[in-house]
Amino acid sequence: MKSKLKGLSFLFKDKLTGAASVMMFIFIFAAIFGPWIAPNAKEGAGTANVDNSYIGPGWHHLLGTDELGRDLLSRIIFGARPALLIALAVVGFAAIIGTLLGLIAGYRGGWIDSLIMRVSELFLSFPPLLLSLVAVTFLGPGLVNALIALIISWWPWYARLIRVEASIVKSKPYVEISAAMGVPDRVIILRHILRNVTTPLIVQIAADLGTVILAAGSLAFIGLGAQPPSADWGLMVAQGRNLIFDQWWISTFSGLAIFLAVLSFNIIGDALRDHFDPRIARQ
Amino acid sequence: MKILWKRLSSALLVLLAASFVTFTLARVIPSDPALAYIGPKATEADSAQLRITLGLDQPIPVQYFKYIGQTLQGNWGYSLSSKQPVLQEIADRLPSTLELIFFAMGFALIFGVAMGVYAAKYRGRLQDSVIRLLSIAGVSMPAFWLGLLLQMLFAGRLTWFPATGQFDIELKYDNPITKITGFPIFDSIITGNFAATMNGLHHMILPALTLSAYSFGLISRMARANLLEVMSQDYIKVARAYGLSERLIFFKLALRNALPPILTITGLSTAYLITGTFFVEQVYNWPGIGSFAVNSLISIDYPAIMGITLLAAIGYLVINFIVDLIHAKLDPRVWMR
Repeated sequence: MKSKLKGLSFLFKDKLTGAASVMMFIFIFAAIFGPWIAPNAKEGAGTANVDNSYIGPGWHHLLGTDELGRDLLSRIIFGARPALLIALAVVGFAAIIGTLLGLIAGYRGGWIDSLIMRVSELFLSFPPLLLSLVAVTFLGPGLVNALIALIISWWPWYARLIRVEASIVKSKPYVEISAAMGVPDRVIILRHILRNVTTPLIVQIAADLGTVILAAGSLAFIGLGAQPPSADWGLMVAQGRNLIFDQWWISTFSGLAIFLAVLSFNIIGDALRDHFDPRIARQ
Repeated sequence: MKILWKRLSSALLVLLAASFVTFTLARVIPSDPALAYIGPKATEADSAQLRITLGLDQPIPVQYFKYIGQTLQGNWGYSLSSKQPVLQEIADRLPSTLELIFFAMGFALIFGVAMGVYAAKYRGRLQDSVIRLLSIAGVSMPAFWLGLLLQMLFAGRLTWFPATGQFDIELKYDNPITKITGFPIFDSIITGNFAATMNGLHHMILPALTLSAYSFGLISRMARANLLEVMSQDYIKVARAYGLSERLIFFKLALRNALPPILTITGLSTAYLITGTFFVEQVYNWPGIGSFAVNSLISIDYPAIMGITLLAAIGYLVINFIVDLIHAKLDPRVWMR
């Protein structure tokens, strides 16, 4: 038990990382238990209460209310679940697709390697996020399509990362000997190569979670992601956009949720990288 | 020279492939492009007629080759919403966006390097931690949200800066800018239109700051890490042993050698600015490519989207190419690879 705890100690290695970890736990808690901890679960889920429109932050509504009189804090708490789910789904699928293709490319080499790498370069020849924006436009706005669009532009990064690692491991003597001894490729890939690429994979996944939340929020902000009446942070910033000078709290606090989530994920991603790759940490 | 050709030819291949991706995406639209062109009131006959006019009745490969041919001839199609040539729309807006990117890059480079140097100097102290937080905040900040916050604070509460737009509306009548290159602030400078220059710069500050946040984060981190790495090397220790002043060592010896990777990351972060302008221009009503892009995306204006995507891919290639050139210039070993 003690060694397990020690394994997670990097989450609290300094004050900043500690604060980020606490923040991350709050977001995860809100994502799981949102409906039970939100001050007003009905409004959080979307029920309008127009008599209470545009109440500023105060005792009854800590973060104020939106244009339909819904408690903003409840809405933001309800927004945690889709935000984290999108991040997990996009990174998860991108990592699975990318790892599979990267393993094949790195281990097999030859024409299939060239093919996979050329295709992934093709996807990477667009500026970040642009391909997702275009894809979601043509697929049609919406949460699921935004998710697909983000996966489309994310998997090549994993394919390239894993390919490099796989081709390094592949030329190690023990792998070459296993192959010479007639161990099937499938077993070598699963037993030796996959195990060796886990660390860079975890580091990359941790680093990407925040970026995906940011990207999904951006899509939602220009109206291509989640659609009303869903409680989505990016969408909520957009809804408060024209009210920013008077009902400033709507966009400010919704955007703050995105910012804090991305920030804490990024800080933890950094800590995780330092933890696994002490060479960088020493600098 | 040979390598240069190789790079250029591979760049062309990438562009061709990029155009293919854009084309494919535009052809899988579930909605009928002809319908988008004439609007919901179109009759069946109108729609069929238009499909023939637009060439949408032909097989996809034929359409693709036609598209490539047309694009190379400078015919990028007509925007569905404005009915203007896409290339014209882009040419009109590109200078404003490039000026915005130029200033954002300038802010990011100046603040980024300064903060990186400062953090390296006070390594492990409070200053270092604060700058580390600022750097991570820079890359974690949704640009659209930062834009709204700055608007609310500096335009709404403090009224120091205008909230939106590129120039005051009255400027058109009081001090109109003579169009020479199409770059508004640049034109105002070379024509000696001082009032317009000041007005333009005044409008530039908030959007450029907003856009620069991400690059600032990347550059300051890179600057810090590289300076520290350089500072730990032997020749710096020797310089110290000789009793050279810390200031001399830091700025003359260390910073110069830490510069190449900083320039590389600066170039690469410009790529993020391309899509960054979409959100910043949207928030600040900036009359550039970014706001044009968002409006085209929302209205599924597919010729415009295809044009913008191609332009962005070209921009991305050019940036990477320039970064490589700078890299090679600073580090001759690159050519040998």
